[in-house]
Amino acid sequence: MKARRKEEGRWAWRLTGFVTVCVYIFMFAPIVATVILSFNASMFGGFPMTGFSLQWYGKLMANEPVLAAFRTSLWIALVTAGVTTVIGVVTSFALVRFEFRGKQALSTLVILPALVPETILGVGLLVLIKAVDQPRTMLLLVLGHILLAVPYVVLITQARMVGIRRVYEEAALSLGASRFSSFREITLPLLIPAVVGGALLAFTISFDNTSASLFWRPAGVETMPTQILSMLKISISPEINALGTVMILVTVGIPLLGGLILQSLTRLKRRDEPKEETR
Amino acid sequence: MRRRWTLYDPRLAWLLVAPVLLLLIFFLVLPIAVMAAYTFFTFVTAGVETSALTTANWHEFLTDSYYAGFLLKTLRVGAITALLCGVLGYFPAYFIWATTFKHKWLLLLLLIVPFWISFTIRTFSWINILGEQGVINVALLKLGIISEPLPMLYNEGAVILGMLHFLLPYMILNVYVSLEGIDRTLISAARSMGCTSAQAFREVTLPLSLPGLAAGLLLCFVLAAGSYVTPQLLGSGRDALFGNLIYDTIMGELNWPMGATLSIVLFLVLGFFAAIYTRFMGMSQIVKGLGG
Repeated sequence: MKARRKEEGRWAWRLTGFVTVCVYIFMFAPIVATVILSFNASMFGGFPMTGFSLQWYGKLMANEPVLAAFRTSLWIALVTAGVTTVIGVVTSFALVRFEFRGKQALSTLVILPALVPETILGVGLLVLIKAVDQPRTMLLLVLGHILLAVPYVVLITQARMVGIRRVYEEAALSLGASRFSSFREITLPLLIPAVVGGALLAFTISFDNTSASLFWRPAGVETMPTQILSMLKISISPEINALGTVMILVTVGIPLLGGLILQSLTRLKRRDEPKEETR
Repeated sequence: MRRRWTLYDPRLAWLLVAPVLLLLIFFLVLPIAVMAAYTFFTFVTAGVETSALTTANWHEFLTDSYYAGFLLKTLRVGAITALLCGVLGYFPAYFIWATTFKHKWLLLLLLIVPFWISFTIRTFSWINILGEQGVINVALLKLGIISEPLPMLYNEGAVILGMLHFLLPYMILNVYVSLEGIDRTLISAARSMGCTSAQAFREVTLPLSLPGLAAGLLLCFVLAAGSYVTPQLLGSGRDALFGNLIYDTIMGELNWPMGATLSIVLFLVLGFFAAIYTRFMGMSQIVKGLGG
C-alpha cells in the first residue's frame, strides 16, 4: 500500500518535470528557430537550411529605414529609461517613507498603466490631443512610453525601499546631513540594484512597445517594432529573422550584462564591508 | 502663516510624487475621461466629428450584433488563453518551487528572459514554426507523413498559441511568487500527520497558492483580451479581436466617436472582471506578481 502511494508521488513529480520541460521548449523553440534561420543562405525566410550565410546581416546593415527606426527606438528607450527611473525612485521614496492622504489611491493608480490594455491607453491619448487640436509629437510618444514603464519601476524600487530601514537616513540627518545628501549618500547606494533593474526594464519596455506606439508615433516616424510590423505585412524574409536576432542580442544582452556587472560590483563591495545588512 | 516643515511632511511627499501624478492625470485619467465624453459625439465623416451630443454610437454598439459578436469572441479567446496558461503554468511554477536543483535561479532567469525579447519578434517567430516553411511542416514533409503543408497559421488556434507564448511567464511567476510565500513546515506537518503527498498538495499547497493562480488568470485574461499584435500577425481577418476592431475603426475608418465607444466598452468590461477579482482578492497579489 505504502509503496504504491510512493510510486504515485513519483509519477506525479515526473509528470510535473515533463510538463515543465515542454513549457520551456515551447517558450524558446520559436526564438531558436528564428536565430538559426537568420543564418540561412536560402532566399526564403523558412526551412530547410540551404547553407550558412551572413548575407542577411549585410543586407540589414544597408537597410536605411531599419537603421533609422533602430536609432529612433534607441534614443526613445534611453530617454524613457532615464526619466522613468528618476521619477519612479522619487515616487517610491514618497510612497514608502511618507504618510499622506490619498497615498493608497495613488499606489493603485500608479500600477494601472500596466493593467489597462495598450489599445485603450493609445486611443485615449489620441482622442485627448485631438480634442485640444494638438499634433502627435515625439515628446508625446516619449511621455507615453514613460507612462507605460512607470508602474514597473515604481514596483521594483518600492519593494527594495521597504527593506531599507529609515533609521539609516535619520541617523545621517541627525548628524547634520541635508535631506538631499542623506538620500544620495545613504538611500540611493542601498537602492542601486533596484534602480539598475528598473532602468533596464524601462529600457526594454520602451524599446519593445508596439501597440501603443502605433497610435502615438508622429506621422512618418517608425520605431523598431512598428518597422518590423510593416515589414511583416509584405512577407517574412530572412532579413527579418536577422533583424530579430540582432534585437534579441540587444534586449537580452544588455540586461544580462548589466546583471553580471551589478553582481560582481556587489560582490566586490561585500568584500570591502562585510557587514552590510539591508533587512 | 507657514507651518514649519516636519521630517515626513505630507507637502514634501506631494512634491515628490508630483511628476508621476501629473503624468498619470494627463496621460491616463484625462484621456479616459475625454474618451468617455467622445462616445457621445456625432460622427460626420471620416476624421470629422461635432460635439453635438448623441447616443447614436451607443445605440449602434448595443443593437448591431456585429459588435456583440466581436466582444464575445474576444472574451472567449481571452478566457481560453487564461485557462490554458493556468493549467500549463502551474506545473513549471510548482517544479521550480519544489525542485532541489542547485541552479534554480537559472530556471527563473529563463522565465524572465522572454520579457526582454521584443514581443513582436516572439510573435512572428511562430511563423518559423507553424508556417508552410516552418519547422513542423518541413519536418513532416521530409518524413513523408504529409504531402501538402498543413495550414496551421492564420487561425484562432495560432492566435491562442501566440498569446499563450507571451503570457505563460506572467502566469508562472505569479504562481511561483505565491508558492514561495507558503510556510514549508505546514506541508511537513501535513505529511507527519499521515497525509500522502497528493493529499498534502490538495489540502495545503494548492489552496495556499490559489491567490497567485487567480492573479495570474486575471492578468492573462486582461492582457489577452486587450491584445492587438498577436491576432494581427498570427490570425486571419476573421480572427481579429476587439483591439484590432478599435484600431481599424480609428486608424482605418477615422470614426473617432465609435472608436472611443469601443475603447470605453473594452475598458469597462475588463474593469468589471478586475473589480470582481479585487473584491475577493485585493490588489496586493497582482502587485507582487508584476514586481517579480
